Amino acid sequence: MSLDKNGIAKRISQELQDGYYVNLGIGIPTLVANYIPDGIEVILQSENGLLGIGPFPSPDEVDADLINAGKQTVTAIPGASFFDSASSFGMIRGGHIDLTVLGAFEVTEKGDIASWKVPGKLIKGMGGAMDLVAAAKNIIVAMQHTDKEGNSKLLKECTLPLTGVNCVKRIVTNLAVIDVVEEGFKLIERAPGVSVEEIRQATEGNLIVDGEIPEMKL
Amino acid sequence: MNKVVKDAYEAIQGIESGMTVMFGGFGLCGIPENCLKALAESTVTGLICISNNAGIDNYGLGVLLRKHQMKKMIASYVGENKEFERQFLTGELEVELIPQGTLAERIRAGGAGIPAFFVPAGYGTEVQGDKEVREFNGKPHIIELGMTADFAIVKAKYGDTMGNLIYNKTANNFNQPIATAGKITIAEVEELVPYGELDPNHIHTPGVYVQRIFQGKDYENRIEFETTRS
Repeated sequence: MSLDKNGIAKRISQELQDGYYVNLGIGIPTLVANYIPDGIEVILQSENGLLGIGPFPSPDEVDADLINAGKQTVTAIPGASFFDSASSFGMIRGGHIDLTVLGAFEVTEKGDIASWKVPGKLIKGMGGAMDLVAAAKNIIVAMQHTDKEGNSKLLKECTLPLTGVNCVKRIVTNLAVIDVVEEGFKLIERAPGVSVEEIRQATEGNLIVDGEIPEMKL
Repeated sequence: MNKVVKDAYEAIQGIESGMTVMFGGFGLCGIPENCLKALAESTVTGLICISNNAGIDNYGLGVLLRKHQMKKMIASYVGENKEFERQFLTGELEVELIPQGTLAERIRAGGAGIPAFFVPAGYGTEVQGDKEVREFNGKPHIIELGMTADFAIVKAKYGDTMGNLIYNKTANNFNQPIATAGKITIAEVEELVPYGELDPNHIHTPGVYVQRIFQGKDYENRIEFETTRS
């Protein structure tokens, strides 16, 4: 069975290591914060200027001056820090953030990513996505394997405007965990009950299947 | 030295049609509400506005849009604003989108006298355009230029009569770099105190960057997406 959004987030949470500083994008990536494994301390960065995002506030803690990059009200954990936007992206560009998790419309077998613009639809802008993908040490994409019409989102070439090139390292979808390697998409794990054949069907880019592919342990 | 002005109306004197103006804030967080209101009541038009976002329909930079006072918007993210989309689609409004970190750094560099620098963000995308590309440490980078403005308008929690500023939490955001990049920088603050009262250890923006300061009033401090835990 393919994973739901929470399943994808749960699988990504297994990538976290103690002491990691992590930037989580909007959507499925945000859900990863709900599954941080016990005994592991992870500090979440918000690019609008907060290191140490806490849980959403209770109604009486709501503070207009304390928001995340999605403009939602949040809290700050003990030990948090605030800083300006230039410092925040200095932190990202300088390679001080260990892991970035973000969503995407399309990813290619070369690690290119398209995530910000759909021609013909209204423009919103790239926000911090281009800075994040160009600079983070490690980038994991969280997304559905196919679009609503069943078209693969793991492609040879992106059809949409790019956010960055040659940057995605790992993709976690509702069907599989896949690494971007020199030869293409390397299948690492299958979602529980999903066959290699189903994953192959849903992947347009070159899928590398090397030996027995284990199921994800969730 | 007297930087204190009476209110937003006095503070924005000298902002003329066609000028370039930077505004602090991220979404609706930390925006200079008083100056935006005063500008919206003025007859100034054709502004080139630089800000991370474009406000929402009836608040923030959205009010300048609604009154057709903006010729061009330079930002990183402009969702959440229907009037913006309408003016963009009809060609009334010119838009330049810049990756958020590059935007912040261009402003910081502008204020710090750095005319150009190289970043990896945007390489291989439409942001690259015909910009110079150079490889550093085996990785391609594109050139970006420092950016300044005729006026920079910021909002801080505390300020003193010498123009020293302290921002609050994530309301700092673009305010701190923007404060450095205006030929004239206007600061509106929630609480204005005599100089000497703010702890020099805690100043975010040293007064040298600020030419005009006033205590704002009637702050709405609106929240775009109020999210609470159950």
